[in-house]
Amino acid sequence: MAIFINENTPILIQGFTGRIGTFHAQEMIDYGTNVVGGVTPGKGGTTHLGRPVFNTVKGAVEETGAEASIVFVPPPFAADAIMEAADAGIKYCTCITDGIPAQDMIRVKRYMRRYKKENRMRLTGPNCAGTISPGRAMLGIMPGRIYMQGRVGIIGRSGTLGYEAASQLKALDIGVSTAVGIGGDPINGSSFKDILEEFEKDPETDAVLMIGEIGGPQEAEAGAFARDHMKKPVIAYIAGLSAPKGRTMGHAGAIVTSYGEAAEEKVAILKECGVTIAQTPGDMGTTVAEVLSRIKKVA
Amino acid sequence: MDIHEYQAKELLAKFGVPIARGGLAYSPEQATYRANEIGGSVWVVKAQIHSGARGKAGGIKICRTDDEIWEAADSLLGKRLVTNQTGPQGKLVSRLYIEEGTNIAKEYYLSFIMDRGQERIVVVASSSGGMDIEEISEKQPDSILRVVVDPAVGMQGFQARELTFGLGIEPDLVNKFERTILGCYRAFRDLDATLLEINPLVVTGERSLIALDAKMSFDANALFRRPQISELRDKSQEDPRETYASDRGLSYVGLDGDIGCVVNGAGLAMATLDMIKLAGGEPANFLDIGGGASPERVQKSFRAVLKDSNVKALLVNVFAGINRCDWVAKGVVDAITELDIKLPVVVRLAGTNVEEGRKIISESGLSVINADSLRDAAEKAVAAARQSSAAA
Repeated sequence: MAIFINENTPILIQGFTGRIGTFHAQEMIDYGTNVVGGVTPGKGGTTHLGRPVFNTVKGAVEETGAEASIVFVPPPFAADAIMEAADAGIKYCTCITDGIPAQDMIRVKRYMRRYKKENRMRLTGPNCAGTISPGRAMLGIMPGRIYMQGRVGIIGRSGTLGYEAASQLKALDIGVSTAVGIGGDPINGSSFKDILEEFEKDPETDAVLMIGEIGGPQEAEAGAFARDHMKKPVIAYIAGLSAPKGRTMGHAGAIVTSYGEAAEEKVAILKECGVTIAQTPGDMGTTVAEVLSRIKKVA
Repeated sequence: MDIHEYQAKELLAKFGVPIARGGLAYSPEQATYRANEIGGSVWVVKAQIHSGARGKAGGIKICRTDDEIWEAADSLLGKRLVTNQTGPQGKLVSRLYIEEGTNIAKEYYLSFIMDRGQERIVVVASSSGGMDIEEISEKQPDSILRVVVDPAVGMQGFQARELTFGLGIEPDLVNKFERTILGCYRAFRDLDATLLEINPLVVTGERSLIALDAKMSFDANALFRRPQISELRDKSQEDPRETYASDRGLSYVGLDGDIGCVVNGAGLAMATLDMIKLAGGEPANFLDIGGGASPERVQKSFRAVLKDSNVKALLVNVFAGINRCDWVAKGVVDAITELDIKLPVVVRLAGTNVEEGRKIISESGLSVINADSLRDAAEKAVAAARQSSAAA
């Protein structure tokens, strides 16, 4: 099962023929992902990496039955590409692009609300590493081999810190059901809470590791959700202990502007909600291992 | 990206927001000239720095004569003004804004923010202007009014009126308030701002409305379509280490410690700083070299980190996804050789081509300290920094 994508999900690549799109599309194909085609306006009718290229997402969906897409379109045009996917009936879209203006994302989110909830596309990112269901499908830019297939869900803002977590887990022989990047931007498609909801429903996930950082209200919101609506244990690490207030730490969204947005404050809120905290980024794997051994004992 | 008060006012005036007459000055002579140009009998000399709370820090002076203006300007220019927002090093005053004095009858607070919880633009207003918003929410929380803007249609007139009547504005000023609020909204939207704060928004003794102070910040991701905003950048307000790095396309934040950091990815970079702190050390900087870093980019990053003379040891932490460890390793070897680095360098590599990367470093014969994990790297860097400062 996993969440969002598996070996059968037909996947479309938006920004297929560009340098970055080409490189990562090839990696995804090599991983065994069911890439059915791509979209580059103006190049419809041609073939790229052995897959058909389409002018529009709508055309691609009609021809291929694509259900998920990944966006590599440059920042000025990325919001448009996401809305096109939503309109074409794509069910799951992840946007890798870093540098989309916040007001464009506000418009994207408003636009997506025009579809009824059951027809509404699920968006993750932008500014993320994508989504991987190890051993099944990779819709992203991560190094696939550091993820072992298993039963822990990962949700993270940062790409490389997510890799760090996956490799710590692998070193302890712990596998991952799905790892979802939600991205480092202030306005993103899905929050930690949105993804926790999916993992709670997934019969192939036993526990969730949440990798947060300074800035924004989403970690606290996820803590409250875990407390009130989850049976599965949640483990969290929050990056940015040493970040000065009011400074943007690389990610556009990593900035402390008000109370509850600093790392210590988020840690305190999550602890109160019963989330297990990995004290240091070096302890993400071992903390998950401890929690797993505890639930095994109970079962 | 932040801009100065006078720049924000110039922008807002184009959207119909009323401001007092004023002019820019770079010297005491210019300051008195500007005051004479403006006319009147009371002037305010305002230090232009990227920080609020300038008044409490002595950066705003009320003057009644040419001599007072000259003195005020002379004492402020070239000074580093320390406010509760600048940190102990303060910000350099190199520009002054000379404004006509305003006869204040009542002060209001008005701001526009990008609300991350709502994922909308939110307008905040209060009849308790003059204090900062934290103070208002503490002392007069009931005076705070909020309006959420629907991005599909933008801010509506009735929303501006709701705020206006909520603030208790008298009938003769209602239209002016509504126009001002909507003008601010258009400026925020059309210029891709992330913050617009007018504090105070003033009703004068003569029953007019004036934005007496104005603060604006902009979305760095939108600057590609706002060249008129990019032009307003003032490098004198930045940490010179950060200016150097950002001019070279590196994401860098200067900190106060002595361990220079070169990391790929913003999250991993923050986690590396955390790990250094937890190991008992202090990081000198945040630096994300980004994806697909070439050996040249690694070398550039080393140069940027070494601009900081406090650095006693270097820590390279790369988890290669799109990156390749062998490229990073080559960059590290080149940097140490070409920049003749004598400081201890701790390197932790993981991910794509890690074996090739380690081989390049060990075959270089340089005395690089290898680390296997994030924790190991931080502990070794802290120990190395201690040793190297003890030796110095």
